[in-house]
Amino acid sequence: MADITTSHYIVLSALIFAVGLFGVVTRKNTVIILMSLELMLNGTNLAFVAFSRHWGNLQGQVFTFFVIAVAAAEAAVALAIIIALNRVRKGVTLDEATELKG
Amino acid sequence: MNPLLAQLTAAETDGWWAGFQAFFVAPENAWAVSLLLVLIVGKTIPGMVSLLVWVERRGAALLQDRLGPNRVGPFGILQSIADLVKFIFKEDVLPGHVNKPIFLLAPALAVIPPLVVLSFIPWGANVAIADVDTGILACFAFSSLHVYSVSLGGWASNSKYPLLGGVRAAAQMISYEIALGLSALSVFVIAGTLRLHDVVMFQTDGLTIAGTTYDALWARILDWNLFKQPLGAIIFLIAGFAETNRHPFDMPEAESELAAGYHTEFSSMKFALFFLGEYAAMIVMSSLFIVMYLGGWTFFGVENLLTDWVAEYGAANPGWINWPLIVEAHLHVGIFLGKLAFLLWFFIWVRWSLPRFRYDQLMSIGWKRLLPASLLWFALTAVGVALVR
Amino acid sequence: MEGLGIQLAFYSFAAVTIGSALLATMAKKIVNSAFALMATFFGVAGIYGVLGSDFMAVTQIVVYVGGILILLCFGMLLTDRVPDEFRVRSPRRYVGASIAATLTFVGLAWAISGTAWARLPHITDGSAEALPTTALIGNALLTDYLLPFEFASIVLLVVLVGAARVARGGTR
Repeated sequence: MADITTSHYIVLSALIFAVGLFGVVTRKNTVIILMSLELMLNGTNLAFVAFSRHWGNLQGQVFTFFVIAVAAAEAAVALAIIIALNRVRKGVTLDEATELKG
Repeated sequence: MNPLLAQLTAAETDGWWAGFQAFFVAPENAWAVSLLLVLIVGKTIPGMVSLLVWVERRGAALLQDRLGPNRVGPFGILQSIADLVKFIFKEDVLPGHVNKPIFLLAPALAVIPPLVVLSFIPWGANVAIADVDTGILACFAFSSLHVYSVSLGGWASNSKYPLLGGVRAAAQMISYEIALGLSALSVFVIAGTLRLHDVVMFQTDGLTIAGTTYDALWARILDWNLFKQPLGAIIFLIAGFAETNRHPFDMPEAESELAAGYHTEFSSMKFALFFLGEYAAMIVMSSLFIVMYLGGWTFFGVENLLTDWVAEYGAANPGWINWPLIVEAHLHVGIFLGKLAFLLWFFIWVRWSLPRFRYDQLMSIGWKRLLPASLLWFALTAVGVALVR
Repeated sequence: MEGLGIQLAFYSFAAVTIGSALLATMAKKIVNSAFALMATFFGVAGIYGVLGSDFMAVTQIVVYVGGILILLCFGMLLTDRVPDEFRVRSPRRYVGASIAATLTFVGLAWAISGTAWARLPHITDGSAEALPTTALIGNALLTDYLLPFEFASIVLLVVLVGAARVARGGTR
């Protein structure tokens, strides 16, 4: 086996990102779409941390820290929206939430 | 020379015994020592839990002026073993309407996180499985997983009462986790480190007031974080009670009022695992409290009695297992376990002394009392640290 | 020896991460997705550990597993009425998504393989040497990155208030 280099980590992060993308496009339940979004964010975070190690500085890790903070905020807002949606529509399937369509 | 030391020094110097010692002393074999500790802790905790259940039942009887279990063994001390045998031989019902993989995983998830957290706890100066740099944070990371067993266990049961019980329990645990984390944050700020070993050392290095370090007994006592962080310690303790679903916050499993909650559908060993997990979480919470507020393995200088002996033996026998070090480790663990026994008794004592809170009271205590109090205390701590430095 | 340990750790964590990520996106039941996602987050935390950033690994577990996923589970518990079937009812969407995801990955992989990693200046490469990082990251956050740090806290506060408002509903 070859040594684990930065490119290994980046390929892994791309793979996680692609799997997350697949989930976002195929699923209809809002909660699972959110989960897939978090997966995509995890993929990018992994790339940041790998680059941080590659360059030998902390910028990537600090950036990941902020991404995680914003992801937490995003999850909180999304949960609120899901609950509101559930109250109005009696379901959380994304295709049916079409109130804003002209 | 100390007579015991002379006897130890005269031990065999060749053969498999020497090889055995050399193996454990070599730095690259540190994993073997860790593995040994893992085995010891992993084996001890279930034993402690069964003892704790017996103490709880006998203690309840004592406080309520009745006898309690007294049939199996002397004073009924083997009662837990009898219960365990009963649990194993009971029929393991797997209801047809449950989500099987999750239903089977949830009890395991109740036990694993507390056991993982125990590996971060420093039981003595040199007795910790993994004394990681992110100590406190790692402990909170893994103890927060307990919520999953409760909420997903309730969900996977696929029936009304467990689902409601799961949501109730999860909401309670999340609410009190915030106050718990904030009070621990204050400890982190005054100690300046997350490593639990250093947090303990911070409480034993003598009290420093205005640049002067005092080393007298009163200063050693006041050096405990309990006295530097009185409000933080109280908040941590209350939130710890709620976090472990103990009285007076045991809404998740209030048998008589709320139909037991998330583990209604679980039977025999699966129920026993939830039980084990709850008591293991109690041990974890008490251990964390001891490490962060009660000076861990130290007891006002008693822990240092053997230091000279250890150093002497280590200097006389390089390349050997430092046996006095192991004796010292037993002393440290003994002090720790003494404090642990007191705290666990405190848990039981409270359980049989206080009435249960109502759920809305529980939520308002968590969010309207403990959270602002811990925030305020954190701000005060920060200002205090800034002024002292 | 050291290299072998790192390789073993990397490949096992990568396998856990990818396997459970696939499971999370394809599971029939939403609760299985949640469990699989938990394994994914642990796998990524493990990879962070292999990368030598212990603080990020623990933060990953605290925030993602202990926070975000619990929020999502709450969403699941509160809204679950119809079991979410994995609807392959519209195969067009399924095929399209597969193609899009594959293309994304192939494109990224092509770009990655085209990069001359060896020629980029680097100090360490994929080995855990720089432990521990907690104090370093703490110092960086409160010196060089103080402004974004404060902004992040404001964002979190605003989000808390806003989320409470949205979830509560009504016009009060």
